[in-house]
Amino acid sequence: MEAAAGGGCGSGPPLLLSEGEQQCYSELFARCAGAAGGGPGSGPPEAARAAPGAATAASGPVADLFRASQLPTETLHQITELCGAKRVGYFGPTQFYVALKLIAAAQSGLPVRIESIKCELPLPRFMMSKTDAEIRFGNMAELHGTKVQIPYLITEKNTFKRMDDEDKQQETQSPTMSPLASPPSSPPHYQRVPLSHGYSKLRSSTEQMHPAPYEARQPLVQPEGPSLGGPGAKPLRHQASLIRSFSVERELQDNNSSYPDEPWRITEEQREYYVNQFRSLQPDPSSFISGSVAKNFFTKSKLSIPELSYIWELSDADCDGALSLPEFCAAFHLIVARKNGYPLPEGLPPTLQPEYLQAAFPKPKWECALFDSYSEPVPANQQPRDLNRMEKLSIKDVADFPVPTQDVTGDDKQALKSATDEALPKDMSEDSATPKDSNSLKARPRSRSYSSTSIEEAMKRGEDPPTPPPRPQKTHSRASSLDLNKVFQPSVPASRSGLLPPPPALPPRPCPSQSEQGSEAELHPQLNRAPSQAAESSPTKKDVPYSQPPSKPIRRKFRPENQATENQEPTTAVGGPASVATMKPHPTVQKQSSKQKKAIQTAIRKNKEANAVLARLNSELQQQLKEVHQERIALENQLEQLRPVTVL
Amino acid sequence: MGWILVTSAAVILFLQNYPLYIRSVPTENELKFHYMVHTSLDVVDEKISAMGKALVDQRELYLGLLYPTEDYKVYPRAWQRLRSPRAKSVFPNQLCRYGYVTNSKVKFVMVVDSSNTALRDNEIRSMFRKLHNSYTDVMCNPFYNPGDRIQSRAFDGMVTSMMIQVC
Repeated sequence: MEAAAGGGCGSGPPLLLSEGEQQCYSELFARCAGAAGGGPGSGPPEAARAAPGAATAASGPVADLFRASQLPTETLHQITELCGAKRVGYFGPTQFYVALKLIAAAQSGLPVRIESIKCELPLPRFMMSKTDAEIRFGNMAELHGTKVQIPYLITEKNTFKRMDDEDKQQETQSPTMSPLASPPSSPPHYQRVPLSHGYSKLRSSTEQMHPAPYEARQPLVQPEGPSLGGPGAKPLRHQASLIRSFSVERELQDNNSSYPDEPWRITEEQREYYVNQFRSLQPDPSSFISGSVAKNFFTKSKLSIPELSYIWELSDADCDGALSLPEFCAAFHLIVARKNGYPLPEGLPPTLQPEYLQAAFPKPKWECALFDSYSEPVPANQQPRDLNRMEKLSIKDVADFPVPTQDVTGDDKQALKSATDEALPKDMSEDSATPKDSNSLKARPRSRSYSSTSIEEAMKRGEDPPTPPPRPQKTHSRASSLDLNKVFQPSVPASRSGLLPPPPALPPRPCPSQSEQGSEAELHPQLNRAPSQAAESSPTKKDVPYSQPPSKPIRRKFRPENQATENQEPTTAVGGPASVATMKPHPTVQKQSSKQKKAIQTAIRKNKEANAVLARLNSELQQQLKEVHQERIALENQLEQLRPVTVL
Repeated sequence: MGWILVTSAAVILFLQNYPLYIRSVPTENELKFHYMVHTSLDVVDEKISAMGKALVDQRELYLGLLYPTEDYKVYPRAWQRLRSPRAKSVFPNQLCRYGYVTNSKVKFVMVVDSSNTALRDNEIRSMFRKLHNSYTDVMCNPFYNPGDRIQSRAFDGMVTSMMIQVC
């Protein structure tokens, strides 16, 4: 329903106001006019209003109201000009309404133009300071007071700042337009912020005067009707909607406590949210968030740096450059409030003091696990919704909290800050705060001492030379049977015997040195012996090997010739005897040669066998050598890894 | 290397010889205060270098009265003549300058009008200590970048209260 205003007195363009706007503006106008009148009774203002054309809102309260809209002064000047007050010289109802509409436009971000008021706009928002409202309250009569409280309440609801622009716009319209417009899905309590003292006054006064204002409205509206011409055309509608909105308000106020600094009070949901955020930054709820971490986090809130700096100043009570859990909650709450448009306080409000927060909300420290599960249904990304819900929640339980023993907790806090773990348990025992609180505080030193001792233990552990290192031995299938201790004792021949079956059935060597072969353990002596064997055995067959060219390349350097001869012997042994036999055609010598042949053959055979055995032995020993090398490397690695720890 | 100037009027805090914080109670003559501060910076530098590598403790941070001047118009020659750090001859309209240096070489310079109650040394020291503490608190703020102008309200409040005491 719309009515044209300004037909009577104004010179502005026809102003189309919705019903909600109608009543809001009329209330505001009444207030300003009433304040201007300053009369104690209800009569004079009404009379003033009754006089057509004489209804003016004095510039004082109007200026206050405009300033409360938090628009820059240039905008306000523009608005004043546009609405025609400057021209006319006073704020008549038309001008006032136009001005209000322009304020709403400006607050919605629209340019301040006459055209912009033609469209649907949310109600203008005014941040009422306590003093202004109190002055207004003080100046008015009781009746007026109630009437004023209603619009004050409306505006207060309107003023609570948006978390979410869309919701906000819908919400601002919803309180007064609930019967008219389809309210958004969020409940009408959505924006019922527990705001400042207005509610407390309401609680005291409106409970008795609930019926009264209704009646009071009627005389108010009706005299306004003729004077305003248009706006008062449908007083009944106004009353009806007013009553409805008022009943809503009444419900609302029942939910609110009467604390004076509502916006600075952290509700349970908010607290829970903050605690979760804290824990996402710092898993231990009893320790601190460092300055840089907090800075990065709070910068995401997109507040300006000076504001963030100021918030930090307020919340970091002990100025240690780090935020404990209560400090963090306070800072977060201040940021939230600031984003919602609340001006930052001059000092930290008492409800945000760390001691208060610690005592009032001891649970979160203990029930973090619970909050984990509890917070899951709360969608993390819908921070605005969370905040809205938080605001919606009543703070009934706040009154239930015991008066915090701030001194003790404060002392405890100081003691904690001084980081003397030994002193803390004593303080804890004297702590007469809630047991949970003391437990939570005990958890702090406990966690600290725990962490410190664990570090010490780690250090000690590191410093001790590791006695059998718990590392799996790098074993090989063969080496596993090796006794490692014996490996490093090269003189022990038993290891070799353990590794390989000693060639037990060595044929009797022609040379005495060959008999030692079975007990060989060292490579070099063995190899030396082998060449000695070869050397021993070779003279007997020198003529034979020399007759044959060396076929195989030598395997070991220190046995060049002998090795060659030895290698040759097995390879050539097969074809050797035959060829040897054929290479000695002398018949006279045959007898000798046959004997020699036989001898040679046997020698060859023996040497072949010896050679084979040695070759096998050699390969085995080579394998062992490799394994030993690998073990040595592994042990060196271990040593190097252990070395830096021991340096600490 | 910053410094603070506190006159019976002004506080200027300087870092690297450019101002971090300036405050004057009577807002006139501010430029002249700035001049004086710059001159006293030289004296502060001299004292710092004189101290050499000595371990700087709280007491030594306080440099004491730099030099009194009769008039705010100070000429270069007059500076050298008047440079007697410990002399505290009280002349009318004399501006006493006090210096203080922190460990991080932030210089605090305080210019006080001695026509006010003659401030004792201890008072000046305590004022500097308060300034230093407040400055430390400002530094603790992670949103404060060293070298920025100090815009901390707490700091402002402290300085105001201090200057009200002086004036």
